[in-house]
Amino acid sequence: MILNMFQSVGEAVFDRFAGVGRASIMLFGALFGIPNFRKGFPLFVKQVYVVGVQSLTIIMVSGLFIGMVLALQGYTVLVDYGAEDSLGPMVGLSLLRELGPVVTGLLFAGRAGSALTAEIGLMKSTEQLSSMEMMAIDPLRRVVAPRFWAGLFCMPLLAIIFSTIGIFGGHLVGVEWLGIDAGNFWSIMQSKVDLVDDVFNGVIKSIVFAIVVTWIALYKGYNAIPTADGISKATTDTVVQASLAVLGLDFVLTVFMFGG
Amino acid sequence: MPESIPQYSVEIEQLSFSRGDRPIYTDINMRFPKGKVTAIMGPSGIGKTTLLRLIGGQIKPDSGSIVFRGHNIPTLGRKKLYQVRQDMSMLFQSGALFTDMSVFDNVAFAIREHTKLPEDIIRTMVLLKLEAVGLRGARDLMPHELSGGMARRAALARAIALDPKLIMYDEPFAGQDPISMGVIVRLIKQLNDSLGLTSIVVSHDVPEVMSIADYVYIIADQRVIGKGTPKELLINESPLVQQFMQGLPDGPVPFHYKAEDYHCELLGGIK
Ligand SMILES: Nc1ncnc2c1ncn2[C@@H]1O[C@H](COP(=O)(O)OP(=O)(O)OP(=O)(O)O)[C@@H](O)[C@H]1O
Ligand SMILES: [Mg+2]
Repeated sequence: MILNMFQSVGEAVFDRFAGVGRASIMLFGALFGIPNFRKGFPLFVKQVYVVGVQSLTIIMVSGLFIGMVLALQGYTVLVDYGAEDSLGPMVGLSLLRELGPVVTGLLFAGRAGSALTAEIGLMKSTEQLSSMEMMAIDPLRRVVAPRFWAGLFCMPLLAIIFSTIGIFGGHLVGVEWLGIDAGNFWSIMQSKVDLVDDVFNGVIKSIVFAIVVTWIALYKGYNAIPTADGISKATTDTVVQASLAVLGLDFVLTVFMFGG
Repeated sequence: MPESIPQYSVEIEQLSFSRGDRPIYTDINMRFPKGKVTAIMGPSGIGKTTLLRLIGGQIKPDSGSIVFRGHNIPTLGRKKLYQVRQDMSMLFQSGALFTDMSVFDNVAFAIREHTKLPEDIIRTMVLLKLEAVGLRGARDLMPHELSGGMARRAALARAIALDPKLIMYDEPFAGQDPISMGVIVRLIKQLNDSLGLTSIVVSHDVPEVMSIADYVYIIADQRVIGKGTPKELLINESPLVQQFMQGLPDGPVPFHYKAEDYHCELLGGIK
């Protein structure tokens, strides 16, 4: 009885690791093949458009609103202590260190990750990947690799755009609406936000999230059970697992970057 | 024919393959002569598509060898396998057109990937192939704008785009009207004769297959139940073969997927 339980737990853990192993092999196969820039670059550009440019709207709108809400909430707390001039750094730091990378990661998983999984899963179920293989064209290189690089390239940029627009939103509410002095807002933010500690660390976070989210999305699609059911499950898995991975990794990274 | 010139394009020996616990093939032997059309017939679900996938190296057999032009497919590494596949081509049962590209780009796909030909030569090659399947006018359509039969013909044009050494057709005639069927039958034969390539045709359309095949294999029950030239098969004594050739539902070849007794099951298991 107990032995059985151990056995099944063991098998589950083993399966998990085998899955991660397979996923890594797939990733390496896709990325470290001989790159062919003449053919690869146009594919990459197309995916940057699909994955990145088409995510711009949701990223910009979310950034704006989160920045505005942040300023509003921050103001109501800070004003009680007469510290409303610190609103600038508060908004800037929260966005650059945390909300930019994390919220972008979550939105990216929902917007682009799910689309990647569904697209590749459907290509698999309609035998497009098989027929590519039979044409002696490696789908890992032709289909998976450009999408991975595009995800890796776009997400940090999206996170920077998110933070920038968020700060602008904070400015709108804090300065234009609530009447904080614009000079204070910007100069205190400038003196408190450090290029390496805050901006770079935020970018590093978003690079890590980009790798994880895109990787999960591609792996789930490529290994989806090729049926309607299987693809819908794979898509859900992508969003859930990628989001959890972003949140979990964010904690770990935050401990390392800002914990000490 | 002298020993030194290999006579067969594909040789399958002692091949066994199973899906889970269910054996699909046990110790099957088949040979596909070079430059000839070889047909494979057999009941639905018996593993014909599986056989083509085995030859293409997409799945690995449990044991046995599949030799294509001197390469034992199951033992090849990934890189070598991709190299060998450049000499083969497969028409998928579902067509499997790339849904994000027009018909033209689908046919041009492999040419663009594997050669550095200038675009105007590619255009000529593609239009030739599309003309051959009667779809030159449909070149700008997307796959979802095609009918089932048109999609298959587009896929056929794509499969022959690079003039491979071996073409495997998985049910090329399914869903075609009598005219396109005739066109495709002639096309397969003509490609085979003019380019000297080897063709493997999986099909259930007995008269069409008989008209173009040089050699026919009938498989059922995890093995080859009949083989020979079409003429030999027509006079074959075996009841199994005759049942298949004449399309009789009852006979030694089971029509049904393995199941418990029909009446017994309908009565809820009461014997
Ligand atoms: N991915 C798979 N997983 C498990 N079993 C499979 C899979 N694909 C096929 N099979 C099984 O293998 C058997 C052979 O399938 P295959 O597609 O080769 O049949 P087929 O001879 O091509 O049939 P048809 O003439 O209907 O196309 C089927 O009975 C099917 O149940
Ligand atoms: Mg089949």
